[in-house]
Formats: sequence, structure tokens, C-alpha cells
Amino acid sequence: MAVLSMSGQPVAPVGLMGRPVYELRGVSKTFAKRNVQALDKVDLTLREGTFSAIIGPSGCGKSTLLKIMAGLQPPSSGSVILEGKPVMGPRRDIGMMFQQATLFPWRTTLENIVLPIEIRDGKAAARAKYDQARQLLDLVGLNGFESVYPSELSGGMAQRAAICRMLITEPAVLLLDEPFSALDELSRDFMNMELQRICLERNATTFLVTHSIPEAVILSDVVYVMSPRPGRFVEAITVDLPRPRTLDMMTDPRFGALVHRIRSHLDKGAFQ
Amino acid sequence: MTQAQSTAAAPLMPEQTVWSEHVSWIDRVPRWVSMVALMVGFLAVWQLVYLIELVSPIILPSPLETIEDLFVVGRNLLTGDYMLKALWVTTQEVLLGFIIAVVFGFALGVLVGETSFGERAVMPYLVAINTMPKVAFAPLFVSWLGFGIASKVALAAFIAFFPVIVGTAAGLHAADQNARMLFKTMGASRWQTLVQLKLPIGMPHFFAGLKNAAVLTVVGAVVGEFLGGGKGFGELIRVAAAQLDTPRVFSLIIYLSLLGLATFWVVAWAQRRFVFWHKETVTEETLGQ
Repeated sequence: MAVLSMSGQPVAPVGLMGRPVYELRGVSKTFAKRNVQALDKVDLTLREGTFSAIIGPSGCGKSTLLKIMAGLQPPSSGSVILEGKPVMGPRRDIGMMFQQATLFPWRTTLENIVLPIEIRDGKAAARAKYDQARQLLDLVGLNGFESVYPSELSGGMAQRAAICRMLITEPAVLLLDEPFSALDELSRDFMNMELQRICLERNATTFLVTHSIPEAVILSDVVYVMSPRPGRFVEAITVDLPRPRTLDMMTDPRFGALVHRIRSHLDKGAFQ
Repeated sequence: MTQAQSTAAAPLMPEQTVWSEHVSWIDRVPRWVSMVALMVGFLAVWQLVYLIELVSPIILPSPLETIEDLFVVGRNLLTGDYMLKALWVTTQEVLLGFIIAVVFGFALGVLVGETSFGERAVMPYLVAINTMPKVAFAPLFVSWLGFGIASKVALAAFIAFFPVIVGTAAGLHAADQNARMLFKTMGASRWQTLVQLKLPIGMPHFFAGLKNAAVLTVVGAVVGEFLGGGKGFGELIRVAAAQLDTPRVFSLIIYLSLLGLATFWVVAWAQRRFVFWHKETVTEETLGQ
């Protein structure tokens, strides 16, 4: 598995030299009941401040990998180390976001955002975080919506609130499972740019699962292409477009070449 | 040539409406008008059946007689006479029965909905008991608890607590996969997941069960009075029917249904108050399903 740029030269953007935050070694997962090998000896290192994406056809084990990284499922073998400590269950230094915002309708936006604090440290600790939650609402452009109930938020606004909820615990890594795929295309592009801004501002280490090749390329420093049954990385492609990325870069020939390269991998995999 | 032009179809003006939405007449009149009209029609048919003596007047009183008797019973209730005392007895039975049904139904619902022991071992017995005709237990309750209020409360609670169990258990399963996973990522304990996620999300189901229970407690209390005597409203109905005083039976039933409506409304009010985020469908709202 070589990290290569399009020109064939090894490329090392500043981020790729950073301190390793997440380290996966030989992670395999077999579902004994269905006798399916979902993951086969996956190695992965996420360095501080980098944005990585994983892309692959449906059922290639992306979501399983994410759940193992998040401590929601144990691997069958292999190790997952985050910040020097093995992941043995859900941890507060892991922030997660899903396709659905899943805000709870009986809580205001602010109360939804501090929910992770309330669950871990109790109501008083959650109230103490209100100011920080308001700052996060500012960050995602939702100021003024703190006491609104989720039924009054649009899909994009709900996902922004979900971003705040993910960030309130100040996680070391962000694991994103197709976070904006339920939004319309215009909101999705916009939210992706917002996501980049937030990640750059906070120097966040981010791992994104997606089905969209352009989304993976425009956001990531490295795109991992995964093949199914058993799930393993076929290639890790370094994206050497400058930061901050803009939507205009989608017309850049380098962007098109990267998209083409990833697509050719996926097309090979899809018709096996 | 000019004539041909003038006889051709007149040119359409852009502001002319040629095709518009058709609104049926029933949608144009206010709702209360259609309701009153239906009631008047029903009373007219009833009066007609009475006038041509299709059935014996002893079995079916005229609407006028019934309305007259509604005033007699209403006066009795307002002056605090024996009927008010009977209504108070039945109200107590309904309220106590309802409270017991809610407490036990909720506890059993949580047991069945949250624990595998409840789901595997307790649920089959509950299903079996629920298929039994529950009013058939009335004589048993009378022989256990006597002819007083206790046996009626027991029957009312027994009939009403099944929908509460079902509503509670269904509500506990209402949280979707995303919400459960989110709570897992936050490291929530089982208790936290129950109290902060499953119970609030299940509230609409729980209240649907409560509405059914509210109606069923009245059924239970009155059936209990029919079969076990006592001093309630059901006993008044039984006596009136035995005396072939059918106008009285009808008016007593109408007042009794107000008791059922009142409990239903209290539950519906509580639901709007506590489950403010949930928009109900029309059928749920009106039928308590």
C-alpha cells in the first residue's frame, strides 16, 4: 500500500508528518453467524490534523471499520490505539456523526448539543457548558437558534447542530459516517466547505466514510479505496491540492485525474 | 370571411378561469353545521320509527321523552341528589381503576419492553391472559373483594391495564437504530438510555395506551356494577332497565359517557402538555388508537 501522488512522486503534506493519533494494526472482523469476513488485516494511521476519507462500494466493511474505531464493536483480531491507549469501548475523545442528525425533539438545540456532557458528567456539568455550546453555534452559523426545538430546523441546520454536539466534548478525532448524504446537493457542497473550515480551525483529525468520490477528494489529504469481501484497502491516494480547498477546484484537471483514478478502482471492484 | 371569424369560438381572455379546483359542498359548510345536521337527521328517523310504531314504545322511547328525562336526571345531578352520589361512586371506581391500571401497566410494560426475561418469560402469559374475556372475571372479583367499590375497581383496572402494557412496551421499542447508536457512542448506561431516550421517544405510544385505558376503565366499572351490585351509576341503569324505564336508561348512558369523555380529555390534555413535540394524526386524536 503505497502513498503516491498522481505524478508518482511520494508526497508528504505537512499534516502527513504529524504525530499519529489513531493507529490500527491488522484489524480483522469476521461475523461468525453469517460466516462473512468483513475486514481483512486493515492497517491505518491517522496523523494529527489530517483529513482522511474511505470510499468503497456498499457492503465493503466501511461502516464496520468505523464502528470498530469508535469502540462500538470489538474487532475479531488486531489492535486499535487512540492517543496511545487501546480503544475498548466508546470514549469521550472520539466524536461521531451519522447520516441522520438524530436530534431529540423534546430538547432545545442547546440542550441537544450538551447531551453528551449530560450523559457523561450530569446535568450541572452540561449547564456549565452552555457558553461553549453557544460559541459552537456561532462557529457553524446557527447563532440565535439555541432555544429552538429541532422540528423548526431544516435538514442542513440539524446537521450543523449535530456537528456542535460532536464537538462539545472536544474530541481528539472526528469519525463521520456519510454525514451530509441525506442533504440536497447544494447544501451538501456548502456543508462540506463548512466542515473543512471547522476542521482547519480546530486542527481536527478527521476520518470520513462516504459514497461520493468528489466529496472524498475535495475534503481529504488521503483517500483510502476499499474493496469488498473481505474489506481491505486497495490504495491510499494522496490529494495534493492546496488548502483551503474551494468548490472551484472541482474543475481543476488534477481533481478530475484523482476522481478518475478512484473511479477506475471502484469500477474494477464492482464487477468482480 | 369576416363572418366566419366572428362565428368562430370567441378568443379566450387570459383572465378567464377555464379550469379550477372543485370543492365538494361538504367541505364548504362549517364542521359544526354538518354535525348538527347529522344529529337532527338521526333524531328525525328515530321519531319516525316511534310514530309509526315500528317497535313497541316500551322498548324504544321517543327522542322527546329521552330529552325530557335528560333534564330530569340533570336536575337530580345538579341538586346533589342520589344520582350525584351514584355518579361519584362510579367516578371513584374509574379514577382508582385507572391509576392502578397505569401504575401496574407501566411497570409490566417496562419489564416486558426492556428486559429479555420479561419479553421471553412474562410476555407469553400476558398475551394468553389478554385473549381471555376479561369481564368473565367479574364474579370472581366480587367473591374475592365483596359487593363494595373494591371489586369494581379491580375489574376496571384489570380490563384497562393491558393497553397500558402494550403502549409502554411498544414505546420502548420506538427508538430507532441511529438514536441507540448515538447513545452508545456517548457511553450512556442502560438506565440513562431508558430514561433519556427510550421513555421519552415512547411517550406517544404510552399515551395512546392511556387513552384506550381511560375508556376501558369506565367499561370495567359499569360491568362490575351490573354484575356485582353496589351503589354506582351502573346499578341505576340496571334498575331502570328492570323497570322498563327506557328513557331513563338512555339518559343515564348519555351522562355516563360524559364521564368516559372527561377521563379521555384529561389524558389527551396531559399528552399535549407532556408530548408537545409530537404531532398526532387525526385517527389517533379522535379514536385513541
